Amino acid sequence: MSFDESHGAPKGSSMRTPLGRVRNLGAAHSGTSDFWRQRITGVAMTLLMIPVIVIVMMLLGRNQAGAAQILGSLPIAVILLLFIFASAWHMKIGMQVVIEDYIHNEKLKLISIMLNNFFSIAVALASTYAILKLSSGV
Amino acid sequence: MTARIERPLSPHMQVYRWTLTMALSIVHRATGIALYAGTLLLAWWLIAAASGPTAYSHVQAFTGSIIGRLIVFGYTWALMHHMLSGIRHFVWDLGYGFKANEREALTWGALIGGIVLTVLVWIIAYAIGGGR
Repeated sequence: MSFDESHGAPKGSSMRTPLGRVRNLGAAHSGTSDFWRQRITGVAMTLLMIPVIVIVMMLLGRNQAGAAQILGSLPIAVILLLFIFASAWHMKIGMQVVIEDYIHNEKLKLISIMLNNFFSIAVALASTYAILKLSSGV
Repeated sequence: MTARIERPLSPHMQVYRWTLTMALSIVHRATGIALYAGTLLLAWWLIAAASGPTAYSHVQAFTGSIIGRLIVFGYTWALMHHMLSGIRHFVWDLGYGFKANEREALTWGALIGGIVLTVLVWIIAYAIGGGR
């Protein structure tokens, strides 16, 4: 080993430089796939925003029976399902970025990321279940 | 693990002169966090609609109350602002709008547009009878 000890690499360790180990992976150790999905879901929600606002407007002032009838119709259910799927994914990635930026304790960071996943999936599944239930009319 | 090397760190926020784009970057993140929490309200509303009249009347009682209406109004603004601010980020992602006047204009656009859209949505909502 011709490694200069002052550079911090102990004898017998990998030949890879610190830069080489982190290059192309970033703080999340998972590359740029989250960055790209954040953009896809963001564009999807932007496109869905007007239909979603129209749907919410249609429901204003109605009772449960009226709301259930509107929410159960096929195009409305599909628009809401797409919106829920995109927002759950988008917010999961967004919150993970916030956690990675501010929580420096490794264990606490992993627990927070795990809870973030649980929350996002739970919200998405609960909302999806509600829409499917309304669509099936039971 | 190699021994920790004490490298110089970039200074934290407080040493920089505040700029509009910097403040709005923080607002983008803050509205994102607010929307994250707000999805609970959306999920509650959908589950209530699927559950029955009693559950749905609880949601309506909440959204009809002063505090509930303020939260939904805040949620509307967070959503509109985050969307426009996000579109601003898409413009930057595509490589446009980096000149000083352009990024200022985009940022003002997101700030003012978010407020205008929020007020517009609520005016329409009240006009079609959502205020009842």
